[in-house]
Amino acid sequence: MAAPADELLGLYRQMLLIRRFEEAAAKAYSQGKIGGFLHLYIGQEASAVGALANLNAGDAIVGTYRDHGIALARGMSARACMAELYGKVTGCSKGLGGSMHFFDAERRMLGGDGIVGGHVAVAAGVAFASKYRDRREVTLCFLGEGSVSIGGFHEALSLAALWDLPLVVIVENNEYSMGTPLSRTLAVHDTSQKAHGYGMASDRFGTSDVLEVKRRVGEAVARARETSKPTLIEVQTYRYRGHSMSDPGKYRTADEVELRKKTDPIVKAEADLRALGVGDADIARIEAEVEAEVEDASRFAEESAEPGEELIEAFTYA
Amino acid sequence: MRELRYREALREAIAEEMDRDDRVFLMGEEVGYYQGAYKVTEGLLERFGARRVVDTPITEEGFAGVGVGAAMVGLRPIIEFMTWNFSAVAFDQIINHAAKIRQMSGGQFACPIVFRGPNGAARQTGAQHSQCWEAFYTHIPGLKVVAPATVADAKGLLKSAIRDDNPVLVLEDERLYGLKGEVPDGDHLVPIGLSAQVRDGDAVTIVTWGKMLHMVLPACEILAKEGVECAVIDLRSLRPLDLGPALASVEKTGRALVVQEAWPYGGVGAEVVDRIQRDAFGALKGPVLRVTGRDASMPYNKHLEDLTIPSVDTVVRGVRAVLAW
Ligand SMILES: Cc1ncc(C[n+]2csc(CCOP(=O)(O)OP(=O)(O)O)c2C)c(N)n1
Ligand SMILES: [Mg+2]
Repeated sequence: MAAPADELLGLYRQMLLIRRFEEAAAKAYSQGKIGGFLHLYIGQEASAVGALANLNAGDAIVGTYRDHGIALARGMSARACMAELYGKVTGCSKGLGGSMHFFDAERRMLGGDGIVGGHVAVAAGVAFASKYRDRREVTLCFLGEGSVSIGGFHEALSLAALWDLPLVVIVENNEYSMGTPLSRTLAVHDTSQKAHGYGMASDRFGTSDVLEVKRRVGEAVARARETSKPTLIEVQTYRYRGHSMSDPGKYRTADEVELRKKTDPIVKAEADLRALGVGDADIARIEAEVEAEVEDASRFAEESAEPGEELIEAFTYA
Repeated sequence: MRELRYREALREAIAEEMDRDDRVFLMGEEVGYYQGAYKVTEGLLERFGARRVVDTPITEEGFAGVGVGAAMVGLRPIIEFMTWNFSAVAFDQIINHAAKIRQMSGGQFACPIVFRGPNGAARQTGAQHSQCWEAFYTHIPGLKVVAPATVADAKGLLKSAIRDDNPVLVLEDERLYGLKGEVPDGDHLVPIGLSAQVRDGDAVTIVTWGKMLHMVLPACEILAKEGVECAVIDLRSLRPLDLGPALASVEKTGRALVVQEAWPYGGVGAEVVDRIQRDAFGALKGPVLRVTGRDASMPYNKHLEDLTIPSVDTVVRGVRAVLAW
């Protein structure tokens, strides 16, 4: 296989893993095995996978409650992620965090934050620490388009630009903030315009092509790493499922969702792979591997132990 | 009397007050087109239109402040927080603005605003989404805080809150939204600042509020089978705080227990304990104890969450501990 096929194959596998993982999670949720909120990333996979493909081990990620995709793209195991959803002690936050609060110190995944906006400033702080220590690390921060009006986001951008922090902020514009379309949360449609007032670089592109996402985010990551300058990016994407499992989705039509599935990043990656000469057998092998990985993760989650009562207060203080 | 759900009672309160007073409007995230994140505001946009049912972006500090400004010049905003956890982002507006306008202006400006939304733990929503806010807000002079536990009080307290000339915070509860109960017909108002004795007994006086009332009452039934009859006081208003009925009951029982979902450190329960020991010291046969949520951020795991929030069982044990003195 040629090198470009190799690269795309890896990204394709990651996207497929996220999708199959979340399909399994949705099923487990409907069976009552997962509780609380469950915000699925299905449809948006190319955003996390393309963006994170640019990171080194020392780089950091800060995300929202919609965090399964970035966690898996960062190489956190499907087992640790699924076990967290099941609230098991083997989960990535020991069953204390749940779906919205995936953490992994080793992989520098700093959450999984459930309060809109504040985490952007936290991400700026992580970038500040990299600069303070004179390390060429980059911090990637994700948020939704519905969250760009809140103060935390703006204060964070202002500081990141003023202090030249190695931060890349990615606004995932999936067109809806719960049931509210962008046109009813913002007077402009391009959220990357928010960068201008702060004097920082910006970019804006779609997520149908994962390699393009990788290349464009790569430019911002290089800017952060080489020149310690922040960038604000809007990726135009779409979520196929509701805001969370409890959302009946009455604010959009089934036709709209079907139309958007026509630019599905996984379908496109598969077609591109075939065009690059990857055959049915290779695709089938990857699908089988991914399915086995997800089944294994679900079994692991089912069989893992619950956290013990002693964990309730164990992490209140150092 | 009619049977309604808690969320319907809140909706009726809002609709009736909007009908009677054009100055009243509703503002918050997903309150209109989406019909409310927890369906409290279902149908209100269709009924009152977008002028008076205003969907906001995620901007708690912004729309809380818009509410404060509008209230200062005579409107009567009802500001919905999708949950009280998000009010943390609007803390400055509630504490430094809404609560202080009247005092700072030497009484020239009022701030007749309602902030409302669900308080406390829902189900497995984790550390950031499961907090009780009464300790934070009752601390502040200038704010009134109510926590309806019953369907009738949900309607009556919210209506009183809307008519009040002060900022009133209404602490609802997601786990109570589906609760059914009787609501008196007509213009049902429950005055702010009056607690209610909801059960009589001679053994222990239990003081509680909000969803914990629904842990306390079943616990009382269990204890009654053993011949232990507890009196139960539902505070309803947390500030101003009416301990009249509680003190009268303690004169009879000589024993008291406070049951709260909130963390133990400081807070409303501690305030109640302080007042009972000061005002009924002579009647007490032992210390006033508290059953509280455990002193930790909420774990996601269901089993641990159940252990963190007071249950019927922990209330029963609390009563036994009080009686052991
Ligand atoms: C400060 C705050 N207010 C409200 C919420 C409730 N809430 C959670 S997600 C969400 C919508 C966010 O939409 P968007 O930013 O577009 O992200 P998406 O969910 O589409 O990824 C809201 C209102 C919250 N978590 N934090
Ligand atoms: Mg969105």
